[in-house]
Amino acid sequence: MVAREQFQVELSKLRGDIISLAHETEKLLEKSLEALYNQDIDMANDIISYDTKLDQKELKINEDAILLIARQQPVATDLRRLIIALRISSDLERMGDNAKNIAKSTIHLGEEHGLTIHPALTDMKNIALKMVDLSIKAFEYEDITLARKLSELDDLVDSMYGEIIREMLEETATNPQKIQHIMQMAFSARYIERFADHTTNIGESILYLVKGETLNLNE
Amino acid sequence: MMASTITIEPQTNKNKKREIDKQKDTILEIKDLSIFYGDNQAVKHATFDIDEHAITALIGPSGCGKSTFLRGINRMNDLIPIARNEGQIIYEDINLLDKNINTIALRKEIGMVFQKPNPFPKSVYNNITHALKFYGKRKKKQLDEVVEESLRKAALWDEVKDRLHESAFSLSGGQQQRLCIARTLAMKPNVLLLDEPSSALDPISNAKIEELILQLKEDYSIIIVTHNMQQASRISDKTAFFLNGSVIEYDETEKIFTNPAHGKTEDYISGRFG
Repeated sequence: MVAREQFQVELSKLRGDIISLAHETEKLLEKSLEALYNQDIDMANDIISYDTKLDQKELKINEDAILLIARQQPVATDLRRLIIALRISSDLERMGDNAKNIAKSTIHLGEEHGLTIHPALTDMKNIALKMVDLSIKAFEYEDITLARKLSELDDLVDSMYGEIIREMLEETATNPQKIQHIMQMAFSARYIERFADHTTNIGESILYLVKGETLNLNE
Repeated sequence: MMASTITIEPQTNKNKKREIDKQKDTILEIKDLSIFYGDNQAVKHATFDIDEHAITALIGPSGCGKSTFLRGINRMNDLIPIARNEGQIIYEDINLLDKNINTIALRKEIGMVFQKPNPFPKSVYNNITHALKFYGKRKKKQLDEVVEESLRKAALWDEVKDRLHESAFSLSGGQQQRLCIARTLAMKPNVLLLDEPSSALDPISNAKIEELILQLKEDYSIIIVTHNMQQASRISDKTAFFLNGSVIEYDETEKIFTNPAHGKTEDYISGRFG
């Protein structure tokens, strides 16, 4: 007999809410890059206002998790499930902020900046999205093998970021009048890199859930 | 020098902690203990050491053998004709299950408090002095001292010092339970066995009993059976999880309640069965 059925039902609802929040952050990053490449200021504004909805969803997940802790007084793995729900929703909210920051850079760049947005940003974004997928699957199935893979992908994103920054530094030397615009592009690369970092935090939370100890995937 | 102080300090703390760990001696060695009621084996081959000056919690679903185990330690099961033991419980180099043990003396050393407060139908004062008189202590001054000392240790003195000659039944449930603890302490035991001592009490009385148990740890080794998981996790140093008569897991309480090694322990403490 499975006892505490109500608790299990509420836990799985919470899990569902987190997964859907993750999919929304994915979409937001996708759209923020689209707006950046297309110099679409309207879209960038939409992204900024959509991010506040994600903030509210994060708050709701936090409230639900805290209520479950208070009412059900979970221990061991059940307690860790709720602790990581709090952590992961906070990571997802920060990921949404990074997408929003790319939209802000798009607005700063304006419609007439005359720069080609570095194509490697798309590659970085694609890997970052793959990392969200991985981290959410790892969360859904409580699978630490998937969680560990995030570490390798994060190294890849870090090295791509390093390469882009080097190229942009050279660009500022040849095009000093464009420095403001190049900076915004470099910031955007940084936001994608931070976005990817948060997925490794999610991976760390899964490891904590399963192993009961804290491990670092982002070294 | 600032720098050296900073580096040395944590190390010293670590060493201190380790010294404290080392000081935890064993008060009871349970060796392959089995307890039977007729053909029914209630405790199956339990083997573990119980620490001195620590609180050990015994948890598990009803009928798992934890209370039988607890009563086995001070031979209360002897009162049940069909009960018999195998194995050993070593206390100060003596096997408590030895046929020749003086069980009256044993129960003085290893006292017990039960689930429901069971004061004698006597005054508060006489509840504590009853057994002392049986052992020949009759001088009033001496008895007065023990009554005050025991009631103080049981955190009850301030509440009853003006009511010592009233009936024990006039006390609240929580006070009665603390009186039963005081009565046990009057015999100057080394080990206290507590069988769900606060399960019949309201939350405030429960909190007082828990605080009391934590204080008593300084002077006594305490073994407590509890159905209240939060209580076990709050007050005990080590926890043994019993299931169907076997000790499934025995470890630091912190470990048991955060990351137990055994799936069945996890299921039980998480409330999935029991």
